[in-house]
Amino acid sequence: MFENLQEKLSKAFKSLKGQGKISEKNIKEAIRMVKMSLLEADVNYKIVKGFIAKVKEKAMGEEVMKSLTPDQQFIKIVNDELTKLMGEKTEKLKFVHRPSYLMMVGLQGSGKTTTAAKLSRKLKSEGKKILLVAADVYRPAAINQLEVLGEEIGVDVFAGDRKNALKIVEDTQELAVKKNVDCVILDTAGRLHIDEKMMDELESIKKMVNPDEILMVIDAMIGQDALTTAKSFNERLEVTGFVLTKLDGDARGGVALSIREETGKPIKYVGVSEKTDGIEEFHPDRMANRILGMGDVLTLIEKVEQSVDQEKAKEMEKKFKKAQFTFDDFLDQLKQIQKMGSLSSILGMLPGANKIKNLDVDESRLTRISAIIQSMTKKERKNPKIINYSRKKRIASGSGQPLSEVTRLLKNFEDMKKMMKKMNKGSFKGLKGISGGGFPF
Amino acid sequence: MGFFDKLKRGLKKTNEETFGKIKKILSFGKLDEDTLEEIEEILIMGDVGVECSERIIESLQERKKEFDSPEQALQAIMVEMLDGERELNYPSEGPFVISVVGVNGAGKTTTIGKIAKILKNNGKEVVLAAADTFRAAAIDQLRVWAQERAEVTLISHQHGADAGAVAFDAVQHAKSKNKDCVIIDTAGRLHTKTNLMNELAKVHKVVKKVIPEAPHEILLVIDATTGQNGLMQAEKFAEAVGVTGIVITKLDGTAKGGIALSIKERFGIPIKFIGVGEGIDDLKPFDPNDFVNALLQETEDE
Ligand SMILES: Nc1nc2c(ncn2[C@@H]2O[C@H](COP(=O)(O)OP(=O)(O)OP(=O)(O)O)[C@@H](O)[C@H]2O)c(=O)[nH]1
Ligand SMILES: Nc1nc2c(ncn2[C@@H]2O[C@H](COP(=O)(O)OP(=O)(O)OP(=O)(O)O)[C@@H](O)[C@H]2O)c(=O)[nH]1
Ligand SMILES: [Mg+2]
Ligand SMILES: [Mg+2]
Repeated sequence: MFENLQEKLSKAFKSLKGQGKISEKNIKEAIRMVKMSLLEADVNYKIVKGFIAKVKEKAMGEEVMKSLTPDQQFIKIVNDELTKLMGEKTEKLKFVHRPSYLMMVGLQGSGKTTTAAKLSRKLKSEGKKILLVAADVYRPAAINQLEVLGEEIGVDVFAGDRKNALKIVEDTQELAVKKNVDCVILDTAGRLHIDEKMMDELESIKKMVNPDEILMVIDAMIGQDALTTAKSFNERLEVTGFVLTKLDGDARGGVALSIREETGKPIKYVGVSEKTDGIEEFHPDRMANRILGMGDVLTLIEKVEQSVDQEKAKEMEKKFKKAQFTFDDFLDQLKQIQKMGSLSSILGMLPGANKIKNLDVDESRLTRISAIIQSMTKKERKNPKIINYSRKKRIASGSGQPLSEVTRLLKNFEDMKKMMKKMNKGSFKGLKGISGGGFPF
Repeated sequence: MGFFDKLKRGLKKTNEETFGKIKKILSFGKLDEDTLEEIEEILIMGDVGVECSERIIESLQERKKEFDSPEQALQAIMVEMLDGERELNYPSEGPFVISVVGVNGAGKTTTIGKIAKILKNNGKEVVLAAADTFRAAAIDQLRVWAQERAEVTLISHQHGADAGAVAFDAVQHAKSKNKDCVIIDTAGRLHTKTNLMNELAKVHKVVKKVIPEAPHEILLVIDATTGQNGLMQAEKFAEAVGVTGIVITKLDGTAKGGIALSIKERFGIPIKFIGVGEGIDDLKPFDPNDFVNALLQETEDE
């Protein structure tokens, strides 16, 4: 399906460049592609329609840049709009009261209990005293699950009489004050938005504790029904934000757009593993990119746009040709990569790279490599040849990396320069023999 | 109104009601652009996906003359797509081994509790294997289903133990004690995680040491709220371990589970059961007619 889209895209972009203004006619194909792409990402059908109409209206009559086609320019506008809609910044949790109550709510199996543990661990590491409360008396072993997680992360779990959710929450209030905790995190049972009785229960809990945060936990793999559910939970409880879980898979997560459009509430965190440290802040720009699923096109457009950066690229290319590439240049490239998101996603943009199976790049190494380079002096970065043993030791301790890591980087960097020389001589034979398959990391 | 209520309503076969809006749209007997677009909208809103919806509409245009009315055609085409073997693959002898797989939180453990009860009601002796040794309290959860609810045997090891070893013990136990069925509860895993998918294949390989044809049934559990990612799930699980049937859970909500239709159309994997609640009796055999009826109804509150 995706291959298909790529093909269609390149065909569409063969059309003429810089065709005056954007018009209904010259962006027909782009609109179709954006629509398909958003639907494949599971953005709600009605939201897709509304969103596209809105962006179209905005784009009509806009001057098309010299080097872009109207289609390309339209896709860029879509992406900008999408990013804006996702929220400009990452939104933090609010702590108004003390103890501050935080409620996890959502459909069955979305990840509430796991996320409650993840948040507890995170807040604990920030110095807060946390109490976890198991208010799910319905699912078999739900309380045990939270207790096991609490033990693992060293946070107390309260489950009162283990039978009556409202009673458990009621008993929590006294305990929280007695224990002098900063924040109480309530794990509630999964429920359907159409289950009146169960929704009433949440409303009662809310009334009882007046929470600072009500986070609705949503599975990123959810489809069209996401809108109905999020809307119902929000209308009933006035949620303060969302957590999108299971983003470590390949779901495009169109729900993010649907819920933003519908409720205007922010996504505060995303879940990226089953483990208790698998929680990250929400990055609106990355999410927009993931939903639109046209990363390659956007990169292309960006390149064309940034003429200043283009000059830089030219300079880089010159250096590359003369094999004068320094560690400073390398650091620059790393920063670019990190700015754009994950390395594997970038490799995915390279033609042919998605065909390479098991292209496993350890992304934390990028951070480590940056640290090593940053611990080098200006001179060392320009001329790595001068890095002797004592310099290496200094760099290692300065960057907090083992000596072997520094040696490895230097070796790979030299290899890369050798490779550049070879490539410039028109010989690609040497490529395979170089460690790391040609990548200096 | 939940999807299940619609299913139940479908069961009553009050044809007037069941077809709701689609019926109104199609009753004019004309398939113009607007009508087709409205049908597509209903299908996409039901998570059938763009590609599969387009295919359905193509068929509709090609085959409408074979039927009395467009609405009959639409229904027949979709039911045909869903048709397939829905019986469980019982072996002629020895314990019947079912492995239940799927992404995190889909409803595997709950479904196993429900299947255990059905089998037990059919006079079978059932053994459950707690092969999710990873998730916190997963073993406890299955224990409640085995001991307090379905009242069947549970074979379990410690948290963190080797999943294959648990499955092996359970199948070995059933074989030596002449029990009829073993159901293996596996840990939830995202289909993108190669190591976890390999681990699942290993669990099945270990089971084959006891019974070469086992597992006879590998059920992939799909949450009805799942969107287009369900296609990837089906593809990857089928590739890694082979899937013999789909269970759609949580159809008691408002989600329509149209992704299952897409999966069936693309990979030919039949849907065998639907989950319609958290209780032990909330598992039903899949019925294509009812499913299509409910899928084609628009949600009333819109
Ligand atoms: N891969 C991955 N798995 C997750 C993530 N968050 C939760 N899970 C898994 O999803 C499954 C369900 O998580 P739970 O925390 O039990 O979900 P819940 O919402 O509390 O479920 P109920 O209480 O039954 O409604 C478990 O297998 C978790 O390990 C995530 O971000 N990534
Ligand atoms: N409403 C409804 N809830 C269901 C249904 N099936 C399962 N659930 C609920 O979904 C949640 C997750 O179910 P589990 O059986 O634990 O799912 P799982 O796939 O075993 O989860 P992991 O082992 O963590 O991957 C629980 O709260 C179940 O009660 C169903 O058919 N309808
Ligand atoms: Mg839970
Ligand atoms: Mg389970």
